[in-house]
Amino acid sequence: MRDILTNYEPFFLQALGQTLLLSLLGLFFGCILGIIFGLMSVVKNRILNAVALVYVNLIRGVPMIVLAFFIYIGVPYALNQYLHAGITLSSLAAGTLCLSLNCGAYMAEIIRAGIQSIDPGQMEAARSLGLSWWRSMYRVVFPQAIRNMIPSIVNQFIITLKDTSILSVIGFPELVNKAQNVIAITFKSFEVWTIVAVMYLVVILILQRVAKLLERRLNRGRYA
Amino acid sequence: MADMHENNTGTLNLKPVHERIRKKSADPSRVMIHVENLHKSYHDLEVLKGVSADVVKGEVVVIIGPSGSGKSTFLRCLNGLEEITCGNVIIDGQNIADKSVNINKARENIGMVFQHFNLFANMNVMRNLTLAPVDLKKATKAEAEARARQLLERVGLLDKADVYPNQLSGGQKQRIAIARALCMNPDIMLFDEPTSALDPEMIGEVLAVMKDLAVEGITMVIVTHEMGFAMEVADRVLFMDGGYIIEEGTPEEIFRSPKHPRTIDFLEKVLGI
Repeated sequence: MRDILTNYEPFFLQALGQTLLLSLLGLFFGCILGIIFGLMSVVKNRILNAVALVYVNLIRGVPMIVLAFFIYIGVPYALNQYLHAGITLSSLAAGTLCLSLNCGAYMAEIIRAGIQSIDPGQMEAARSLGLSWWRSMYRVVFPQAIRNMIPSIVNQFIITLKDTSILSVIGFPELVNKAQNVIAITFKSFEVWTIVAVMYLVVILILQRVAKLLERRLNRGRYA
Repeated sequence: MADMHENNTGTLNLKPVHERIRKKSADPSRVMIHVENLHKSYHDLEVLKGVSADVVKGEVVVIIGPSGSGKSTFLRCLNGLEEITCGNVIIDGQNIADKSVNINKARENIGMVFQHFNLFANMNVMRNLTLAPVDLKKATKAEAEARARQLLERVGLLDKADVYPNQLSGGQKQRIAIARALCMNPDIMLFDEPTSALDPEMIGEVLAVMKDLAVEGITMVIVTHEMGFAMEVADRVLFMDGGYIIEEGTPEEIFRSPKHPRTIDFLEKVLGI
């Protein structure tokens, strides 16, 4: 174990860096998509509701590995074959897109449920004072909903971080992908997978710790 | 019937037709709310089946009726919280059933008090009161806070300015909710069963605040089960049942000599006779 660590330390750290980079990109765009589609599912507009519903169900109904192959290989192939577009997609771009779409769908559901968990009377009271729907959402409903959402959002962050491992299949050089390379050279699969598991574990424990602190801070001295 | 009136007087402690309080800003020639053939349906269920009513400036109208009679729905149509299926609701000259009318602007002039208070849980009392005036640029923060303090003093809760709603009793919450609605200086106040969610000992403090408003001459429409309060404060009582206004009149007319059998039946039940 020790010789693998000493020989391949920079290698693992770089792979971890790639995992974190992809996670952050996926989470960032996933949150944006989640907010957009989450709001689309609660506004009073049937068309937007339907669009959000289709997006969420489509993503939830397709395994991420299939989505990854579809985006990385299927879509460029179709564009090049039928439209002669001459497109190549980097594994980072495809991975980010895939992870964002996936994370976004689940975030949209978390945000929808969070907003719907707030008593409709809060929105009504704000509207009755003359505030628009958006202002009422922004000032009154969303700030309350976000508190309820935090545990689910943290959970989704963790899942998204772990989901990056799936993107090893499209050749993105993250932890799992690199670990396979190391095994191919050293044949030490037990040691390598142990190291990889511990690295994921440590990152996720740190994330959880930070989330707890954040949650406590948000709740300090405020309403129950 | 004669029997009932005797009892009636006993339970409600009715005085003979009392002298109506002179209201500062009453103006019977100015119609504040004009409702014309209002219908409201939820899918196949028709809740309001053609309701028409007028409320003039400074008038206090109390709506009574059994649950499911459409009285809350009617009230919520007056500020567009319920989408109007058909008919006209003209508030101070503006038809809010018309989609082109800016409903947010119209609501600035219509305060509403809810059964379950609906104070903003993520804000302290002061923020609850100043949110709308400041956000809608009706006042600077300092002006809004000064006005809020005035109103808090009026409802007797100035010391609660920095408290969050979950630390207040039901009666206090409702008094704050009234103050919050008043912060926008509305001409009209709507009350949707404001005392129904309160413990009995807290009802009085809320009714006292409402009575104070009635004296001042704010146009008020109140849905309530407090018959004693209706008797004392209302200029006019509407009895609703099954999506219609069945009977209307002065409190004396409605409570002492109701004409429609359903009104009589309802009053017998609620007054426990």
